[in-house]
Amino acid sequence: MTHSDSGGTRLDPWLGSYAARAHNMRASEIRALFSVVSRPEVVSLAGGMPYLAGLPLEQIGQMMSRLVAEQGETALQYGSGQGYEPLREQITQVMELEGIHAHPDDVVVTTGSQQALDLVSTIFLNPGDVVVAEAPSYVGALGVFRAHQADVVHVPMDEDGLIPASLDEALTRLRAEGKTVKFLYTVPNYHNPGGVTLSLERRPQIVEICQRHRVLVLEDNPYGLLGFDREPLPALRSLDPEGVIYLGSFSKTFAPGFRVGWAAAPHAVREKLVLAAEAAILCPSNASQMAISAYLDRYDWQGQIKAFREQYRERRDAMISALEEMLPAASWNVPDGGFYVWVKLPEGLDAKSMLPRAVTARVAYVPGTAFYYDGSGADHMRLSFCYPTPERIREGVRRLAGVITAEMETVRIFGASGTDASTTVEFPSPDIA
Amino acid sequence: MNVLILAGGLSHERDVSMRSGRRVKDALESVGVTVTMADVDTDLLPTLQSLEDMVVWPLLHGASGEDGSLQALLELAGVPFVGTRSREARVAWSKPVAKAVFSRAGVATPDFVTLPQSLFREVGADQVLELLLARFPLPMVVKPARGGSALGVSLVHDRSQLAQAMVHCFAYGDMALIEAAITGTEVAVSIIGTGDQARVLPGVEIVCDGPYDYDARYNPGRVEYFAPARLDADAQAAVAAAALSVHRTMGLADLSRIDLIIDHDGVAQVLDINIAPGMTETSLFPQAVEAAGEDLGALYAAVCAQAHHP
Repeated sequence: MTHSDSGGTRLDPWLGSYAARAHNMRASEIRALFSVVSRPEVVSLAGGMPYLAGLPLEQIGQMMSRLVAEQGETALQYGSGQGYEPLREQITQVMELEGIHAHPDDVVVTTGSQQALDLVSTIFLNPGDVVVAEAPSYVGALGVFRAHQADVVHVPMDEDGLIPASLDEALTRLRAEGKTVKFLYTVPNYHNPGGVTLSLERRPQIVEICQRHRVLVLEDNPYGLLGFDREPLPALRSLDPEGVIYLGSFSKTFAPGFRVGWAAAPHAVREKLVLAAEAAILCPSNASQMAISAYLDRYDWQGQIKAFREQYRERRDAMISALEEMLPAASWNVPDGGFYVWVKLPEGLDAKSMLPRAVTARVAYVPGTAFYYDGSGADHMRLSFCYPTPERIREGVRRLAGVITAEMETVRIFGASGTDASTTVEFPSPDIA
Repeated sequence: MNVLILAGGLSHERDVSMRSGRRVKDALESVGVTVTMADVDTDLLPTLQSLEDMVVWPLLHGASGEDGSLQALLELAGVPFVGTRSREARVAWSKPVAKAVFSRAGVATPDFVTLPQSLFREVGADQVLELLLARFPLPMVVKPARGGSALGVSLVHDRSQLAQAMVHCFAYGDMALIEAAITGTEVAVSIIGTGDQARVLPGVEIVCDGPYDYDARYNPGRVEYFAPARLDADAQAAVAAAALSVHRTMGLADLSRIDLIIDHDGVAQVLDINIAPGMTETSLFPQAVEAAGEDLGALYAAVCAQAHHP
C-alpha cells in the first residue's frame, strides 16, 4: 500500500497519473446492483443479449472444430489489420440487403461495432468537440464519446425517428455558438433504446441536412435486418457513401461472442481507421472472422435471421401484451423490430431510484438516465424482450408492475422522487448495453 | 483443512461479496490452504454434504448472508463455519435492534429513531417529517434499517432533501433509521476472535471529501485512510473499548468490524456493526490487518482453524 506524505493512503498510488478522460470512470451503485442480474432467479429485461439458443449450436460447434482442424494455422495466426478479405467480401453482400453498394476495400473489420465506434471517435474527436445524437441514445456510444471527452447534444425523436427540423435547428444553433460538431451519431433502425425507426421519407432529409452543415453521419445499424413486418429500409450510407460511415455487426444477427463488427467508410476515412485499428489491436481475431465467414458461406444465415425475427416478434408480443395488462399506468412504443421497448413511467417516478426495489423483486431493467449524456431521462426505462422466454417476460412484467405500484405509493406518501442530485453517469457494461 | 468460501448471493451487495470472496481466496491460497468458492444456490447443500474436513466461510454481504439465514442453514447442516452464529447474526443484522442492545451495555451511539414506511402513510408524511426535523438537528442521516455498503444512505443537509432521502432509503427496504449526524474522527475497528479471546486490530481512520458513500468506498481517490488511526492514547483506548464491548455484548464470533466516530467530546460513538465485513482491495478489515503487521493469509487461516463446530 502506498502512503502519501501525510501518512495516509488513498489505495491507488497512480491517482495523480490518470489522464483527465479517466476521471469520470468510476464504479457506480447502479453497476453494483446489476451484479445480481446473472442469477437465474432474476428476470433480466435489461441487457440486449440475443437469443442464442435459437442458433444451430451443434452445427456451429462442428464448423468451428473443422475450422481449427483444417485451417488452424491461419485461423490462430495474426491477420490483416483491415480484416479477413473473404469476410469483407461477404460483408458487402450483407450490406447489399440495405441498399449499400460497397467494395471489400471500403470495409474495416472490428472487434464488435463497439470498437468501430471507438476508432471513429479516436480519429475525429478532440476534447470539447460535439457529437449530435438522438434523444435518447445508445449507452455504449455515449460511453465512448465521454471517454474521448466530447460533448453530446441530443436531438429529439418522434415515432418516425430523428426529427429533421430539430436536427437542422440544433446544427445551426451549435454553429452559431461556435461549437465544432464532428458527426451525427444515429441508430436509424429499431433504435436502442427508443425502439423507433427513421422513416423512409426522413432519410434523404437527414442526409441533406448533414451535407448542408458539412457534418459527417455515423450510422450505427446492428438491428436493421431484424424487422418483424417489413423488408429493410435503405441505409443512410446508400444515399451518401461519401458522407456516411456505416457500422454493422454480427452480434445481433448471429452471435456477440465472436465480437465481429465492421465499418464501411469513405476511402480516406477508412485508411485512418485501419491505422487506428492496427495501433489499438494490430488485427481483429482471425479465428472469429473465419468462423463467421464459414457460417455465412455454409449456412442459410438469412433463414436464421428470419427465424430470429419470428422468435423476437413472439417475445415483443408477449411483452406488449403483459404491459397492456399489468402496467396500464405507464406508456410505451410498440417496436416493429429490434430488441427494445421504451417505457415512460407514471408521473413522478424515477427509474434509477426505483432500481434497488426492482432488484429486490428479482427483475432488472435499464433506467432511462443511462441513455442521456446529461443524466436526464429518469422518467423512462428500457425493457429488452430479446432474451427471456415469453413466459419469463410475462413474469418479469408482473414483478415490475408490483415494483412500480410500491414505488408510486412511496412517492405519493412523500411527494418526492428518490432522484439523487449527484447522479453519476454510467459506463456501459454488457449487462446494460 | 479445506475452506469453502460462499460469496455472491442475491442481495444488493452481490458485487462486493464476490470481490471479497476472491480476495480472501487469494490470501488463503497464499499460505497453502485449499479453497473453493461457491454461490448460494441449489447446489449448496449437496456440496456441503460431499465435503470432508471443510470449513465454510460465508462472505455474503447483505440479507441472507448477514441476517442469520445462511448461518442457520449451516448450523442445520452441521458444518463448521467462520463468523457469528445465526441467533446473534439475526440481532446484529437489524441496525436499530443492535443499537438498542449495545447502548444498553453503555456504548454510545448517535440518537436515532426507526420508522416503517407504513407509518408515514398512516399518519401523514409531512407531519412525521416535521417531527424528525424538530428532533434531529441538520445534517441528519437517513439509512435503511438493514443492509450495508452505504446503499440507500443519505446525509440530509437541508429540510427540502428529507423527503427525497426517505424515498431513496425505502427503495432498499421498508424500514428507515434516522439518526443524528455526528462529526468527528471516523474510525473502523476490526476485531478478531470470540468472547474473552477477542482482540482489537489497529483502527483505520477514514478521511473523506464528502459522505463516505458507495462511490467513496469502492473507487479509490476520495478517501484517505490512516492505519493506524491518528488518535491520542485516550481516544485509542476509547474506540478499542467501545468496539470490544459491542463485539462481546452482541455475541459476535471470529471477526467483525465496528464503525465509530470519536466526537468532539472524545466519546466513541458506534455507528454500525458488520459481522461479514468487506474484504475487497479497498476494504477496511484487510487494511487493519496490514497495519497490525500481520500476514493476511496466515490470519485468515487461523480464523478458519478456530471455526465453530455446530
